[in-house]
Amino acid sequence: MIEVKNLVKKYGSHMAVDHLNFTVKSGQIYGFLGPNGAGKSTTMNIMTGYLGATEGQVLVNGHDILEEPELAKRCIGYLPEMPPLYMEMTVREYLYFAAELKKIPKKERDEQVQRVMMLVKLTDVAQRLIKNLSKGYRQRVGLAQAILGFPEIIILDEPTVGLDPKQIIEIRELIRELAKEHTVILSSHILAEIQEVCDYIMIISKGKLVASDTPENLEKMLEGQQTIELLAKGKEKAIKDIVKAVAGVKRAEYTPGNEKGTIHVSVTPKEGKDIRESVFRAFAKSDCPLLMLMHSRSTLEDVFLELTQGSSPIFNGQQKNADVNQEGKAGDTEQEGAAAEEVELVEDILMENVIRESVVDNLLEGTEKAEEVTVDGSDL
Amino acid sequence: MAAIYKRELRAYFQSMIGYVLTAFMVAFTGIYFMAYNLNSGYPYFSYVLSSINYILIIAVPLLTMRSFAEERKNKTDQLLLTAPVGLKDIVLGKYFAMTTVFAVPCLIYCAFPLIIKSVGTAYLKVDYLSILTFYLMGCVYIAVGMFLSSLTESQIIAAVTTVGALLLIYLWGGLVNFLPTSKVSGMIGVVVLITLAAGIIYQMTKNWMMAGVLEAAGVIVTVIVSFVKGEVFENLLVNLMNRLYIGEVFENVAINRLFDTEGIVMYLTLAVVFVFLTMQSIQKRRWS
Repeated sequence: MIEVKNLVKKYGSHMAVDHLNFTVKSGQIYGFLGPNGAGKSTTMNIMTGYLGATEGQVLVNGHDILEEPELAKRCIGYLPEMPPLYMEMTVREYLYFAAELKKIPKKERDEQVQRVMMLVKLTDVAQRLIKNLSKGYRQRVGLAQAILGFPEIIILDEPTVGLDPKQIIEIRELIRELAKEHTVILSSHILAEIQEVCDYIMIISKGKLVASDTPENLEKMLEGQQTIELLAKGKEKAIKDIVKAVAGVKRAEYTPGNEKGTIHVSVTPKEGKDIRESVFRAFAKSDCPLLMLMHSRSTLEDVFLELTQGSSPIFNGQQKNADVNQEGKAGDTEQEGAAAEEVELVEDILMENVIRESVVDNLLEGTEKAEEVTVDGSDL
Repeated sequence: MAAIYKRELRAYFQSMIGYVLTAFMVAFTGIYFMAYNLNSGYPYFSYVLSSINYILIIAVPLLTMRSFAEERKNKTDQLLLTAPVGLKDIVLGKYFAMTTVFAVPCLIYCAFPLIIKSVGTAYLKVDYLSILTFYLMGCVYIAVGMFLSSLTESQIIAAVTTVGALLLIYLWGGLVNFLPTSKVSGMIGVVVLITLAAGIIYQMTKNWMMAGVLEAAGVIVTVIVSFVKGEVFENLLVNLMNRLYIGEVFENVAINRLFDTEGIVMYLTLAVVFVFLTMQSIQKRRWS
């Protein structure tokens, strides 16, 4: 479908894309994931023929994007980061123009435009000028333009930016719908979104492809790094003794809990052992109240942070994560709100969906920001 | 190309620019027409055109400034460049849309000679050929303006640089007269031109050898020629630069009543060159 070979893009001495290689097969949803400035948009711009690569080759259905641009571009629908809209046109005019640009035969134009407007729910605003539309609607017009003509490959650069939660869910459903017949490639710095929608994830950092696999396999990469988080009431020494007595403990860390007289313990079990039961029994036997016992898996987010940061914030991250869950709903094993150093958790209840937004600051070299919107699966 | 042409044309007449431009040019011409032809009774409309040709310096930048600068700023060029249309179609579609908008006032001008005819003798052939040449000159200016617009993201910069370039073109005939005519200055001029060419070649190929050899060969030939047949360099600069004076072709037909087919070919060639340069500047942006 799409083959990217040894792609390099240099801006002066800055390497925006650094020897990228991957293949996209048909009928799947691919996710480009990476922090801001990782080279996602540049890669997409090169794949769609907007930018020229410094080195390397892009083949779309066997057509080189530079040598046979018109044939290659015909297979692609593209929604850039900023939807390319002409403000002085109405939605319908704009889509007709896009249809004509894409060389859709005159007879089919009417029907195609109508169908696309139905799909992205634009029929109500068809006669309005694009400059009078809200950001969300503009994004949808851009999306409509991308799927117009139903090309084999649909490339979406951050398709849900600026949309409200309800719209985000709608767009995601639309993407899933489209993926039944088309190959969809979408980029995002929002991990949950990629995790939710994509069959295959490619993580890009500093222009390099650092991992590409299915979400499940990526999570497996970090197995063995899981811990058990405990919150117990009592003296630190007594708790230490209890934990030490449990078989299969590799390492344990103790910190005072938020409430007075409680100790937070983070236990790393020996590989492959499930020690939750024996921990419970040990505490029960010593008559020491256990306020919380939680199994914390490594999430895709940890994989992401590990791969894009190079260091391992996992241990630290999960400890904070446990605190977060304790405040919210203890025992919630879905740890989608996890974050590293500085965690800010905002819970919004909007349109009956719980949206968690955690802002991770200073993640990457202290300057770049990663923003995250998580939709809690259980509330959907 | 048709899609882009239609959209551009519609955009010009939806955003007022088309109407404002037409009104401005027609009103301005009307004032001169009233003064020269109606009031003073001069029977040539071409004379009016030759007096107002400086308004192109204002009108053309108005027309061309948004062509590519706006697209680039709003990132709508992403739609065009990722659509299955060739770059040639994009540039030509836009160019023809602008020349069409410019054709509207020129078509209205065609009515003026008829007004003269209705009240006396008119010289229709000269007048209509003047209008045609005026239109073609405008098309060259539009190509220049479009090229300058493709170099920047800012419409203001595009407009200002276009005004500057057109002013230079307009004043060219007068400026050339300030050039020295002596033998030595001709030689120096030729050497400067050769150095410029060598510089451009170095810029493009990054090959010192080639540029150096060209420069040396050029200088040697100049020196030899100056010894063998020095009078060649007399008036050389002025003659050379006069050839580049775009306005002359129009003045010939409008004032001297000389229709210059060679000049028309020059206009068309210049328009093609600047359309080509526009395509190159867009290509270059993709690769840097």
